[in-house]
Amino acid sequence: MDARQVIAKRVAQLLKDGDVVNLGIGLPTLVANYVPEDMDVTFQSENGFLGLGAAPAEGEEDWELVNAGGMPSSIVPGGMFFDSLTSFGIIRGGHVDATVLGAMEVDEKGNLANWKIPGKMVPGMGGAMDLVVGAKTVVVAMVHTQKGNPKILKKCKLPLTAKEEVDIIVTEMALIRVTKDGLVLEELGPEATVEDVVAATEAELIISPDLKRFGVED
Amino acid sequence: MSKIISIKEAADKVTEGMSIMVGGFLANGTPENLIDALVEKNVKNLTLICNDTGFPDKGVGKMVVNKQFKKIIATHIGTNRETGNQMNSGETEVELVPQGTLAERIRCGGNGLGGFYTPTGVGTEVAEGKEVRELNGKEYVFETPIKADVALLRASVVDKKGNMIFNKTMKNFNPVMATAADLVIVEADKIVEIGEIDPEHVMCSGIFVDYIVGGDE
Repeated sequence: MDARQVIAKRVAQLLKDGDVVNLGIGLPTLVANYVPEDMDVTFQSENGFLGLGAAPAEGEEDWELVNAGGMPSSIVPGGMFFDSLTSFGIIRGGHVDATVLGAMEVDEKGNLANWKIPGKMVPGMGGAMDLVVGAKTVVVAMVHTQKGNPKILKKCKLPLTAKEEVDIIVTEMALIRVTKDGLVLEELGPEATVEDVVAATEAELIISPDLKRFGVED
Repeated sequence: MSKIISIKEAADKVTEGMSIMVGGFLANGTPENLIDALVEKNVKNLTLICNDTGFPDKGVGKMVVNKQFKKIIATHIGTNRETGNQMNSGETEVELVPQGTLAERIRCGGNGLGGFYTPTGVGTEVAEGKEVRELNGKEYVFETPIKADVALLRASVVDKKGNMIFNKTMKNFNPVMATAADLVIVEADKIVEIGEIDPEHVMCSGIFVDYIVGGDE
């Protein structure tokens, strides 16, 4: 299993029956593939619906029904379409249990940067600032380093998306929880050692006394 | 009084220096025929208020490529490289706004409100230069209303009064923008007679709509 699939699978295990969840574009989208069929998770798509389903088969695309990446999507029974006001009322109002999104940088305080590299790349925040502030649990799902450089830092250098909102960071190497005391390494990825994780992380890590390993059951 | 006009007559309502709101999310729910007419008319120095700048060949992105905007207010410009190029060269001013904040600012503009406090953007660049206020132990940023000279919308079914139905995800910013512009033009996929839409099914009222175009589907 490649790094992205390992991450998506572990994130899916964080979700609970009955949750309303928003998945970001890219890697977070893969999380939906690992939610057990007997679990009732409702996916929210911030462009305007609850009940996001699987991508349609080739030839069956409906361009009046797209996801937040603008690609043809589907809606499951029990879903609902709405406008942007309602969508962000749901998000800011605390009705989304978990949001899963990528990051350029995360830091020890749970600060997140993922919308702007000044002078280089400025895609914009889209719905991310609202999602991170509004969702009850904020999960960052990302590959641990960027070309070998740490992305989990003592302090974010890039412009922030939100201040102190991240709860959990899941990478192919680790599951890290943001706490008042700092970042706690709770689980190691399938092939990582504590030394590997520490070396690939700039931020201080508190090693949980109950350290576990994920992604090895298959 | 008939609200139905030609695409060309509609394009003529948009003149140099105006602010325009355009419905759609990554061009889904964007009035493509109105956009094409404005590209052809080549009206310049406009201010755009839209969720995003679409793609170079789709949605408002076509007007960006044609360099028709002096200012763009949007939440995301990453799918249209041309917007970033014009921002970096200083040709076009770009104001990036969180999506929920953009929707709510337009709502305030169209609903008679003077602004609102939101937790979105606290502790980020978005809050710089704005009032930040603590309410019930939590910090909020004050955001102001947005209005426009013209709103260009897309609806799936429109009756001759302008009552609108939007299919599936094509609602997005369309209904709220209908409330927040001096002149509202809707591009209809299908035009029907008054009474053909059950009042229970009207998603946005025709009282907001000045002109209707299209209906050729």
